[in-house]
Amino acid sequence: MHLVIIGNGITGVTCALTVRRLRPEARITLVSAESAHHYSRTALMYVYMGHLRLQDIKPYEDWFWAENRLALVHATATALNTAENLIVLDNGTTLAYNQLLLATGSKSKLHGWPGQHLAGVQGLYSLPDLEAMTRDTPGIARGVVVGGGLIGVELAEMLHSRGIEPVMLVRDGRYWASVLPPEEANLVDRQFQENRVEVRYQTELREILGDAQGRVRAVVTTKGEEIACQWVGLATGVAPNLTLAKTSAVETDRGILVDNCLRTSVANVYAAGDCAQHRRPAAGEVPIEQLWYTGRMQGETVAHTICGQPTAYRRGVWFNSAKFFNLEYQTYGQAPAGATPGLESFYWEHPAASVALRIYFHAATPHAVVGFNALGLRLRQAVCEQWIRQQAPVATVLAQLGAANFDPEFFPQHEAAIVAAFNRQFPQQPVVLKRRKGLFSLRNEA
Amino acid sequence: MTPTLATPPLPDTSAAEKLTLAVVAGGLLALLLALADADPSRQRLWFWAALGLVSGGALAWSWLKFGSRPAGVQHDNLWLRASTSRGAVAWVTGLVLTGFYVVLYWFSGDDGHGHFGVLNNLVHPLDGFSQALRGRPADQWFLYGTFYTLAVLLMGGRALWKYRHSRYQVIRTASVMFFQLGFAFLIPGILQFFQQPEFYFSYFWPLKYDYLFPSTVTSLLKNGGLGVFMVFWGAVMSLVATPVLTYFFGKRWYCSWVCGCGGLAETAGDPYRHLSDKSRAAWRWEVRLIYPILGLIVAITALLWVHFATGGTLLGEAGTVAAKWYGFAIGSVFSGVIGVGFYPILGSRVWCRFGCPMAAYLGMLQKHFSRFRISTNGGQCISCGNCSNVCEMGIDVQQYAQRGAPIIRASCVGCGLCSTACPRGVLNLENGPREGRYQASPLIHADSLRILS
Repeated sequence: MHLVIIGNGITGVTCALTVRRLRPEARITLVSAESAHHYSRTALMYVYMGHLRLQDIKPYEDWFWAENRLALVHATATALNTAENLIVLDNGTTLAYNQLLLATGSKSKLHGWPGQHLAGVQGLYSLPDLEAMTRDTPGIARGVVVGGGLIGVELAEMLHSRGIEPVMLVRDGRYWASVLPPEEANLVDRQFQENRVEVRYQTELREILGDAQGRVRAVVTTKGEEIACQWVGLATGVAPNLTLAKTSAVETDRGILVDNCLRTSVANVYAAGDCAQHRRPAAGEVPIEQLWYTGRMQGETVAHTICGQPTAYRRGVWFNSAKFFNLEYQTYGQAPAGATPGLESFYWEHPAASVALRIYFHAATPHAVVGFNALGLRLRQAVCEQWIRQQAPVATVLAQLGAANFDPEFFPQHEAAIVAAFNRQFPQQPVVLKRRKGLFSLRNEA
Repeated sequence: MTPTLATPPLPDTSAAEKLTLAVVAGGLLALLLALADADPSRQRLWFWAALGLVSGGALAWSWLKFGSRPAGVQHDNLWLRASTSRGAVAWVTGLVLTGFYVVLYWFSGDDGHGHFGVLNNLVHPLDGFSQALRGRPADQWFLYGTFYTLAVLLMGGRALWKYRHSRYQVIRTASVMFFQLGFAFLIPGILQFFQQPEFYFSYFWPLKYDYLFPSTVTSLLKNGGLGVFMVFWGAVMSLVATPVLTYFFGKRWYCSWVCGCGGLAETAGDPYRHLSDKSRAAWRWEVRLIYPILGLIVAITALLWVHFATGGTLLGEAGTVAAKWYGFAIGSVFSGVIGVGFYPILGSRVWCRFGCPMAAYLGMLQKHFSRFRISTNGGQCISCGNCSNVCEMGIDVQQYAQRGAPIIRASCVGCGLCSTACPRGVLNLENGPREGRYQASPLIHADSLRILS
């Protein structure tokens, strides 16, 4: 078997490693134009900020690929001929495959703004984006970041680290309004204030203005305000990269269409990760997932299908995490931003520090817990996942809350305060805290 | 990787920061003047002015740089600044430190008339302080101890500000400062004041290898009650307390909470922790060096006791000669000149990682007879590499985290910086139980590929 994988991101690489495990004899080739070796896309910001070097964000040392017989081709795949099982590369050669995985990832979404192609205007997704930002930001005074999501706050933090003033334009009335409830968003906003990042809420980009050299010199907002700046970061989402798929017979919509086993419309061609669009996503799941974790899980799933063990993609209990300047965020399960019929939530926030916990549960007895948001404290994923799977009642979860504490030793433990707050808010379900973490975490929960 | 990113201009250092750095530079200049000045009273003046300026400047700079900014991980421009990325400043710092150790070890001995070679003019200004603490004039080792302790305290202050968002780091830093000041500086001095043996209650065999040599043991035993206690303490700490404490807490109870070498690495060495080599090749060198060194010192100790027990009839002076060479090559060159002198180039734990026999001993206990591990939180790892970057022991922490596996490594000193630096809350230092210690998270499937065969 010769498996060719287009893309060396987390999805392609996870698939390659899993196939190597399942089929030690398989011939595996990874094709990527972006980088010679797999790197962690999520760590690009740390290279810009000088926390890490480029070589530090490679998850595997360079010897790893040869030792595991994973061939790397550093080229762009320009055309796919599914009739002859051939990939055409921009270096003038072709690659024949028996099985093909398209893991081509995403592209930054542009919304057709006037001036979006000026020099100094970009998204942040790829290595070339990092190069552009490194090239275009030295010595500038102000950068405008468009978008109030995860990449937006990353870009603001990156500019901030170089002493460049960031100004964020956020469409909604609060940060990441589609995901975070107002209280959580408010804590993130506190980070913006502490780090002196100016955020314009309910403000969108109307136009980007250039100078005589074709470089950005200002943006105009939907409120008609002109903000002088020397760089613009567009962080309004990404869309599947379909460039290669569109050269072929593989069926696409917004993404490359796949069935539940990640097979495309063409035999022996699969798609996974950011670029895949599920024809029939499971209940409560979205057709296109663009996360590190989902990319990894899809890569692993599709590897089984490729190796003759058709495996349906099951994401499992949702989880995600992020860091907003100095504020850590973790979420598990169902954690909607706004009021949801049949769901209630209990929210606790530390009176002084930026620490908060929200627990979502069914309004109907036995009040089964469905999700968590944690800010400024760390929760043990295995325990949260188990509670959600077992539909544990909220009173049980609160009584056992210490079991989910993943904060380091000696950190302040908030379980008693959280349970007291719950008893005040929900006196009809009195809870007695039974499980603290203990000083030296001699008992671990898994 | 293909692209090369040009180093961008760094953000301007504030005028206040520049001023504090100038004060530190002024202090170092005053130290040179003390070294050059033959007049004893002016020597004293320059010397104490130097200590005052360096201390005041360093603390003020630390506050401006870390204490006055929002609490959190503060690693901006770490790999871009020359001083912390093996630039010219780092090489100069390394040369000065290395030079200081060479001069201290081999060119500043007492000539028998109270003259201490090259460092003489820095030793004598400490005579008054040494009289007060130890009841005797200063020597080059007292100068060294004073500088060492001052470095741990000043850079400890910096670490306390830098890591104030983590209580684990704050308490751990306070602990190494406490043990250096009390157990490795004041108590040995006070013991000397009362005509007792200069004994370090925080150093044990095989790091302080001569504490279980027959010569040290017999001379302590001759000292009466306190001497007997010192022998008892040394033996119990090395042979009983070390395995027990390591069983419950891992080697960190010593390496990053008590030890003076660790104390210097965690404070003065903190700006260089990321420079440790994370490659598999470096790991292989670690294993090749540290265990033979442990074997060597165990063999030398055994040889000396055989020699002692047989009244010197067996093997002659072989043990004594070997101990002397071990002291030169390992005790002086490796732990001092290379271990500290090369901080700005090789990172802060070169000695602890490649050379320290105590670390080797603790490491074997930690790996095979301990409850300690660093747990990985389910599938939350994003392979960003921040954990590996801050690991001063050169462990590629990320290799474990991205597979959902717990980190159980002989070399881990439990500084906890991987957990502190992780942006996703993935890593946590935990103490057991031993059942399921190696169990990976079921939320991420471990690939069974060879990271290290």
